[in-house]
Amino acid sequence: MFYIYCPYCGEHREEEEFHAKGQAHLARPEDPDACSDEEWGNFLYFRSNPRGLYHELWVHAIGCRKFFNIARDTQTYEILETYRIGESPNLSQSTEQLQS
Amino acid sequence: MTQSNRLPRGGRIDRSRPLTFQFNGQTYQGFAGDSLASALLANGVDVIGRSFKYSRPRGIVAAGAEEPNAVFQIGATEATQTPNVRATQQELFEGLVSQPTSGWPNLKFDFMGVMGTILGRMLPPGFYYKTFMFPQAAWDTYEKYIRKAAGLGRSPREPDADIYDHLNQHTDVLVVGAGPAGLAAALSAARSGARVILADEQAEMGGSLLDGGDTLDGQPAAKWLKATLEELASYDNVLLLPRSTVNGYHDHNFLTIHERRTDHLSDRAPAGQSRQRLHRVRAQWVVLATGAHERPLVYGNNDLPGCMLASAVSTYINRYAVVPGQRLVLMTTNDNAYRTAFDWQDAGREVVAIVDTRQGAAGAWQAEARRRGIKVLTGHAVIEARGRKHVQGAVVSGLSADGSQALGSDQVLVCDTIATSGGWSPAVHLSCHTGSRPIWDDDVIGFVPGKTVQKQLVAGAVAGHFGLNECLEEGASLGALAATNAGFTAEPAAVPAAETRPETRPMALFCVPHHKRNSRAPKQFVDFQTDVTAAAIELATREGFESIEHVKRYTAMGFGTDQGKLGNINGMAIAAKSLNQTIPQTGTTIFRPNYTPVTFGAIVGRHVDDLFDPKRYTAMHEWHVKHGAKFEDVGQWKRPWYYPKPGETMQQALNRECLATRNSIGILDASTLGKIDIQGKDAREFLGRVYTNAWAKLAVGKCRYGLMCHEDGMVFDDGVTSCLGENHFLMTTTTGGAAGVLEWLELYHQTEWPELEVYMNTVTDHWATMTIAGPNARKLLAELTDDIDLDRDTFKFMDWRQGTVAGVPARVFRISFTGELSYEINVQAHYGLHVWEKLFEHGAKYDLTPYGTETMHILRAEKGFIIAGQDTDGSVHPYDLGMSWAVKEDKPFSFIGKRGMKREDCVRTDRKQLVGLKTLDPGIVLPEGAQAVDDPNQPKPMRMLGHITSSYYSANLKRSIAMGVIRNGHNREGDIVYYPLENGRVVEAEICGTIFLDPKGERQNV
Amino acid sequence: MQKYSGFGLLKHALTYHENWQRVWRNPKPKRKYDVIIVGGGGHGLATAYYLAKEHGITNVAVVEKGYLGGGNTARNTTIVRSNYLWDEAALLYEHAMKLWEGLSQDLNYNLMFSQRGVLNLGHTLQDMRDIQRRVNANRLNGIDSVALDTQGVQEIVPIMDCNANRRYPVLGASWQPRAGVARHDAVAWGFARAADAMGVDLIQQCEVTDIITEDGTAVGVDTKQHGVLRGDRIGCVVAGNSGVLAKMAGFELPVESHPLQALVSEPIRPILDTVVMSNHVHGYISQSDKGDLVIGAGIDGYNGYGQRGSYPTIEHTLQAIVEMFPIFSRVRMNRQWGGIVDTCPDACPIISDTPVENLFFNCGWGTGGFKATPGSGHVFASTLAKGKAHELAKPFSMFRFHNGALIDEHGAAGVAH
Repeated sequence: MFYIYCPYCGEHREEEEFHAKGQAHLARPEDPDACSDEEWGNFLYFRSNPRGLYHELWVHAIGCRKFFNIARDTQTYEILETYRIGESPNLSQSTEQLQS
Repeated sequence: MTQSNRLPRGGRIDRSRPLTFQFNGQTYQGFAGDSLASALLANGVDVIGRSFKYSRPRGIVAAGAEEPNAVFQIGATEATQTPNVRATQQELFEGLVSQPTSGWPNLKFDFMGVMGTILGRMLPPGFYYKTFMFPQAAWDTYEKYIRKAAGLGRSPREPDADIYDHLNQHTDVLVVGAGPAGLAAALSAARSGARVILADEQAEMGGSLLDGGDTLDGQPAAKWLKATLEELASYDNVLLLPRSTVNGYHDHNFLTIHERRTDHLSDRAPAGQSRQRLHRVRAQWVVLATGAHERPLVYGNNDLPGCMLASAVSTYINRYAVVPGQRLVLMTTNDNAYRTAFDWQDAGREVVAIVDTRQGAAGAWQAEARRRGIKVLTGHAVIEARGRKHVQGAVVSGLSADGSQALGSDQVLVCDTIATSGGWSPAVHLSCHTGSRPIWDDDVIGFVPGKTVQKQLVAGAVAGHFGLNECLEEGASLGALAATNAGFTAEPAAVPAAETRPETRPMALFCVPHHKRNSRAPKQFVDFQTDVTAAAIELATREGFESIEHVKRYTAMGFGTDQGKLGNINGMAIAAKSLNQTIPQTGTTIFRPNYTPVTFGAIVGRHVDDLFDPKRYTAMHEWHVKHGAKFEDVGQWKRPWYYPKPGETMQQALNRECLATRNSIGILDASTLGKIDIQGKDAREFLGRVYTNAWAKLAVGKCRYGLMCHEDGMVFDDGVTSCLGENHFLMTTTTGGAAGVLEWLELYHQTEWPELEVYMNTVTDHWATMTIAGPNARKLLAELTDDIDLDRDTFKFMDWRQGTVAGVPARVFRISFTGELSYEINVQAHYGLHVWEKLFEHGAKYDLTPYGTETMHILRAEKGFIIAGQDTDGSVHPYDLGMSWAVKEDKPFSFIGKRGMKREDCVRTDRKQLVGLKTLDPGIVLPEGAQAVDDPNQPKPMRMLGHITSSYYSANLKRSIAMGVIRNGHNREGDIVYYPLENGRVVEAEICGTIFLDPKGERQNV
Repeated sequence: MQKYSGFGLLKHALTYHENWQRVWRNPKPKRKYDVIIVGGGGHGLATAYYLAKEHGITNVAVVEKGYLGGGNTARNTTIVRSNYLWDEAALLYEHAMKLWEGLSQDLNYNLMFSQRGVLNLGHTLQDMRDIQRRVNANRLNGIDSVALDTQGVQEIVPIMDCNANRRYPVLGASWQPRAGVARHDAVAWGFARAADAMGVDLIQQCEVTDIITEDGTAVGVDTKQHGVLRGDRIGCVVAGNSGVLAKMAGFELPVESHPLQALVSEPIRPILDTVVMSNHVHGYISQSDKGDLVIGAGIDGYNGYGQRGSYPTIEHTLQAIVEMFPIFSRVRMNRQWGGIVDTCPDACPIISDTPVENLFFNCGWGTGGFKATPGSGHVFASTLAKGKAHELAKPFSMFRFHNGALIDEHGAAGVAH
């Protein structure tokens, strides 16, 4: 069971208070009506699904109800950082190797 | 019966408290402080089971968690039957009732035993894959017989009478194992003020200090142990958990501890006490001091009762004052096991010989053996045990220096006990639970914990450091380090010095070679519980099962309830040798929770029965109960389903409720509908984005129905949202969808449109909601309010008003899910019952009739209103539902779902579309879920058109009505389709519109 | 191939089992294959078997980074059923079911396919509507499936607590008598042995590090241990690792890899003869021929390749089991494990061509892969052999996630989720 630092509450809480919501930083296209079926399908369903560093969206569902992002290693399950919506992660895919 | 193997003195048992217990129908005596195993051995009970496959007699081998054979059924009553309890871990209590779990019809004469010898040769590993195939249907029959042999103990047939509970714990340092290393670690950490949990699986803490004659600073080790435990117990910041197994190490230093609180006291937990407790621990740092398991050596007939682990023999002698025999042969690869021979001799019994597999072993231990007059045969090994139901002799042969060959010149040593030690395997299990792989260490001759991302330290034998001084020192220093890492100022505790005898290098030997090939030698057991032999492992590798996982799975090695604690390393070594690999090349299988088995009940805790899932009740629940309502589970809510009067069938009740509502007035408890309060200057814009229809112009005081879709365009919820103020709305959702909708709204607000100023909160539980519907609704409401103008032209359909109802503040919404004149009265929840009762007080003259969800469903179906989740399933969009009126395409913002419903597949004309259906025979109510076809006589698989989503008998229309989806249904009005039912009947129905009653909507506008 | 039989067993017993042949070779990889299958799990091995058997294509390599059948084939709850809701899924799984019946004889390997029946319980009125819908659809699709009421369920599983006073009482169930369980490891081994006997190269301990493309066409794979292996067609059947392989080929999939956990009790005397599944209270259970209660847990909500999930998932599952079977409270849990399941948004698989020519994927089976093993292999073999989708595989194109033709078994509650 994960121990998750909520960047809004400012403390670690048990995973049972949170829901995982999938890949982070998926921006809804500015003009959906201009998207092709392929572009829209890509937005809806297609995911990076990496083994290793992954940025994912979580919500502190039974807590402050805030959504925030987690950078986590999907192999070791280590949480490397959590940050608020609108903030940028310190770790990005290009620093992936540093974590291995 | 006498305790013939009990020593007259010594041990940690309480001789003043004799205890009576039963095993296999016989009554025996033991003492407080005994384990069930030690008490049986004290009584000379040697055959305690039959082996699973070959049905060979088996005895007790070990003294702890690694015991494979002594696995019993415990329990004096049906409700307290507990299968597969390890006798070595079960403390004796007065009246304990135990049974062997294997050996049919009985232990002494075993039919399968006779068959076993004959058939044994026919049962190599994987034999079942190679046979029982012909003819095809025969496997069912074969399987019935194979299944008869399955399992060890049995499940109770009655529900558990005991309760279990959970404790969530946070700790700075969790120390696993209270042997010398763990105790020293706990001491260091405790003195720093850190919160410390020290957990140990045994009844008494102390680990190896309980078993031997160690001295610390010149004093018996027991003295230091006592002082240490007293000191630890004196700290408020320390929690000592004996009888508590850390059985799982999960991510982010979350560990579970299974505490057995009453299993040592009685058959059933004393009144008011939970039988077992699961501690769910979040630890800042963990010190694993889990020790090591001694490895037995593998040799011919090594499963005969009387063949034991060396250290177990010492434990029985020193801790329980039980010597399990008269004449001992000890076989060892190391010096340390010599102490078993010394203990045996000190107990006044004969040591026939120490058989040391090392050539030329000569050091302090050998000198001590000589001093004691014990014969030491170096460069020898026991290649085979002799005896029928118990060891009667040991065949000893010379052994080549590399351990690969038995050299001959056999001698048979007459003995009744063969103790063996192949060295010690660190108990790395917990360190592997989060994915870390252990590393082979040639010096340790075992796997030690590997790299991990957990905040974990390993101390003592688990790290491969077996010496007592090393354990104490490493424990003290790592305990201090753990506390320091957790933010405390800690120093390693001063630890006493042990007197130790220097040890020479042990030999890496796992399987003792026989003169014959392993395939022909007497069976050399590796895993006792699953009857896996050395020959079986070699056969597996010969057949091409080369991965250790393949070997394990093909032979079933390690699949027993001991999970291979005793045999796995030997098995891996044998596989490695057979494959001409090193052990690290062969690798190990993966250790997973649990370390030892955990009672389901303990994992479940209190979350069963009434507490399995919370029940949600409305404010009027008691009234419903009193008035005979039947309830339906909707989400976590208990909703009134219908209110049968005495003698009424369900259909009669529904007919009455429906007619009463249409003809006079009915009332529904609608409190469970989700309610979300939405505020902020951009609330209106926000609604426009999340609903498919328009919200820009909804005036204060007005209500509007809305459909909500996911980005794929498929409907997922609906409800009425009302404008309470220019920047203030109240959204309603389906009962089951409420939480999901709120999270969905928050997701979009927080991640996509944080620039919108909008705030949301659930207010579902704040309000009691009662819907009065029917021609007399206005009259009734008028009697209970004097500040709301109910005039049909001022308080119109789809308006809401604030005012007072039955003397309490209320919001009244003139909305209708029945098509009738209808008011939804919302009051603060705690006024709910009051208002409800007032309505009945005044409503009696109109025959105010309570109706439940079923009547609600019928009434809305008469009007063609959908229920999200029943008429939709995540695969229909608003156009499929014929609800284009609820989609406003030209909103400036591309609302959620708009793009999705325009995808190629979503604009097909032959999609399944919601239509009304009338059976040609109006008396037949189609079953919901029935599937339509155009041609009921076509061969299977048939081409299905769609299914019935809602179907009822309508008392108002005096016929059945149904809604369902039909391919291209919107263009097929008037067509006849066929529903072939399960009972063979084919029902014809005509496709029609979904509105069966009052198509112009006049009734709700009166 | 050495034929297995009871007589053979007796013969080998006389020679102390010293002369059994290897079940498969350990071949040195060739440089060039007609078809390279990446992934030596059940589905990959079945694909290889049917390529050889049905299409005569034997110049095939199965490349496996670990050991054969070591992924989800090795760690599932062994349930086989075909009572899916949507026609496309039902026909595919029923195709598999028909292959299961007789597969032991076909492979000359006893897979212990035991048609002991599967119950899918309903606990709410909506559950019961969904059950009726699914049973009716199954029936018209030619799949054995019946709806039972509480009494009917109780008769099949007398030890289940079907009292109306449970938190979520059992209102009924769907019942598929032909469904059941099979011995999971044997499935991989049986296909492997039979494929090997027809000349397929099974290359274990061989990790694919890249998919080699030339002008948008896949021409081979690069491997850590054996370098480049060229193939005319490449089929990836790597379950949880599909995303990683797709990335090598330069595209993404509508797939996420999640932990899925299961657990077993200690072996107990036979007490449960069928498979019982409940989506609503959320747990499923059967009893193996060894006596273990085999219990499936839910999927964890986050992506994970660690072959382990979160503890609360195990807790919730056992709560459900004890809620349904209060008599099991004193039985003990021996061991838990986790797999990596590749889940699609509609809970249906992908059997498909890809943006890269001659590269095909078979993935996204989520929690339902084991039961489909022979069917999946059969239609994927045809797809690889012909270079275009088998009729039953057509609806499972990955491009359905672009045009919207999803097969939503999720929404229909036909699958465990």
